[in-house]
Amino acid sequence: MELIPKVTHHYLRTKKKFPNVWCAGCGIGIVMGAIIRAIDKLKLSRDEVVMVSGIGCSSRMPVYVDFNTLHTTHGRPLAFATGVKLAKPSLKVIVITGDGDALAIGGNHFIHACRRNIDLTCILVNNQTYGMTGGQFSPSTPFMKIGTTAPYGNRERAFDISKLAIASGAPFVARGTAYHVVQLEKLVEQATLKKGFSLVEVISHCPTLYGRLNKEGDAVEMLKWQRGHAIPISAAGKVPPEKLRDKFLTGVLWDIEFPEYCEEYDKVIAEAQRRD
Amino acid sequence: MADEEKKTTLTDKEAEGQKIRVFEAWCKKCGICVAFCPTGALTSNEDGLPILTYPEKCTLCGMCELRCPDFAIAVKAKEKEEK
Amino acid sequence: MRTATDQKERLLQGNQACAEGALASGARLFAGYPITPSTEIAEFLARQLPKVGGKFIQMEDEIASIAAVIGASVTGLKSMTATSGPGFSLMQEHIGYAYMAEVPCVIVDVQRGGPSTGLPTKVAQSDTMQVRWGTHGDYYAIALAPSSVEECFELTIRAFNLSEKYRTPVIVLMDEVVGHMREKIKLPDPGEIKVINRMKPTVPPEWYQHFEINPHFVSPMASFGEGYRFNITGLTHNPEGFPTDRPEVIREKLDKLKNKICHNVSDIVQVREEFMEDANVAVFAYGIVARAAGQAIRMAREKRMRVGLIQPLTIWPFPDEYIERILEQLDLIIVAELNQGQLIGEVMRVVRGKTRVRGLFRYDSELITPDQIFDKIREEK
Repeated sequence: MELIPKVTHHYLRTKKKFPNVWCAGCGIGIVMGAIIRAIDKLKLSRDEVVMVSGIGCSSRMPVYVDFNTLHTTHGRPLAFATGVKLAKPSLKVIVITGDGDALAIGGNHFIHACRRNIDLTCILVNNQTYGMTGGQFSPSTPFMKIGTTAPYGNRERAFDISKLAIASGAPFVARGTAYHVVQLEKLVEQATLKKGFSLVEVISHCPTLYGRLNKEGDAVEMLKWQRGHAIPISAAGKVPPEKLRDKFLTGVLWDIEFPEYCEEYDKVIAEAQRRD
Repeated sequence: MADEEKKTTLTDKEAEGQKIRVFEAWCKKCGICVAFCPTGALTSNEDGLPILTYPEKCTLCGMCELRCPDFAIAVKAKEKEEK
Repeated sequence: MRTATDQKERLLQGNQACAEGALASGARLFAGYPITPSTEIAEFLARQLPKVGGKFIQMEDEIASIAAVIGASVTGLKSMTATSGPGFSLMQEHIGYAYMAEVPCVIVDVQRGGPSTGLPTKVAQSDTMQVRWGTHGDYYAIALAPSSVEECFELTIRAFNLSEKYRTPVIVLMDEVVGHMREKIKLPDPGEIKVINRMKPTVPPEWYQHFEINPHFVSPMASFGEGYRFNITGLTHNPEGFPTDRPEVIREKLDKLKNKICHNVSDIVQVREEFMEDANVAVFAYGIVARAAGQAIRMAREKRMRVGLIQPLTIWPFPDEYIERILEQLDLIIVAELNQGQLIGEVMRVVRGKTRVRGLFRYDSELITPDQIFDKIREEK
């Protein structure tokens, strides 16, 4: 038996440009591994999986995986994915996006995808910066952190992505980290199974730009920060409130039922044909 | 994947019987696998590549494989999983 | 069940005829955003598409609308959107994506006055150049321009056929008056309508290249979910669909986009003409202006003036060959358009000074009248 990674290599387009485009220690590759393993666990056929992405570091992911892959424009993958899903609801549509992609240029598409509740699985890799263009501040860069376009400190507030999604109507919202890779795989799995719009926000890291600009150390240091600041939602009740400050919750943050758009549209078709 | 595999530290044949295999051509030497190895079985060599210096400590937990952003390290499956 | 295309004479609005044409050509998904004066297309299809098992979705904006259209098309559904100038401006990003990724789809632009919010309820033809040059980069556009309710129906079908045949977005360039006017129209039986569907691959998945280079410049197109598992990107890509930075591959890709249009101009370009056999003066007009021009040339013929009408049904690619051919017999071409002079530049480019070209432009929200065109003919002759 040859010794290769048990699952992931079987899903890679290995003829493509490996090693991948991401910097040493980047979290996006870790997230990609978790997604592949979740899909493998769900025993989905590769032919029925569509991976749609926008523009940015995380959105480079589809090139590497052997699914139906659609690399779209900056901020708009959810809108493309909506068309894919509505046209063929039997497909499993997974959207890979980042904090700049989904929240700045794609903010409108993001909140409307949450609200519309079409069955998409959105994996938002939040590395708090625009990596591809060189480390500018993003809508999830914390207050007073440094970006190349915020050299004196970012004076804007960061979005709380998961809260934004919940407020916009997403029925399933989870948060994981690149460090907690086993939990992340489970969250992606749950999100993929969820009927309706599901968001997994992945707290990740950009050691090359954000980490360097903010003196947060290398990839290992940034992963340690994730380990030290993630509080599982199941444990949040037992943690004294003062210790929750500066921390973030992980796990399934929100899980409700709401009618899914494609299923509702099937009813529209039935109703239109009945009246005709 | 043939081209890439040729450049790895071990050939398929050499990998037989090993607990861990590093795909050198894909490894970017970020050090994540070594830093978070729960038992300290992995260390970095002078080039920054991970090596299993203490194979007896390796429990085949697989965390290095799971956390590798570059799909560049493989851990032998545990016996019970092979069945 | 009454089908959307049963054969009886009906009084239809141009927008509605466009929507009927879409249904007849097999369009099964519409994604759009409300905007005057195109909204009736969306409203009609919201009602009719589900009756034939199709899908309608109202998106959050025009950018998202055409994104959803592209997503649906790569999944195998014939898809379309409809808008007007401001929405058409927003769509440019993804129209460019559709050119690059070679995604068949139809975009209807029911023109109104501009720039900016302009004149939402008034007529104009000021997007004429935008449909050709609206998005960034090198590409070749197809745009069809109806002047009547009947042509709205026919050219929408033709737009779908061309988009499927050449794997490219096709624009139906209407205007507020064509969109809103009502005329009697006899819709043909579905069996009488020629419908073209995209060419599907005949090779096994491992041989399939989504952007295959071949002598026809048009690659067969698999859909998502059919087992081919290809990659689509707006990045300049190789025949397999993966980003490339190799100069020869880049050139080959851009040549393909060009050649699939330029090598098929005779198939794509249609010109309607009236009284051109013996004409030494031609009025060149598209869309609603061609209707006024038709009346004007009849007035001129009554005065024994040898005037004819050239009405490009395809405005892009521009009918260079037709004009070159007819040039010899003409002393004068009057280009009438509802803008400050857009197509006249194209006419002059082809004419190269060999005959007189004069413009009649109106951009005050009112139509050009037959009298105005007739007066212009007399004045210039």
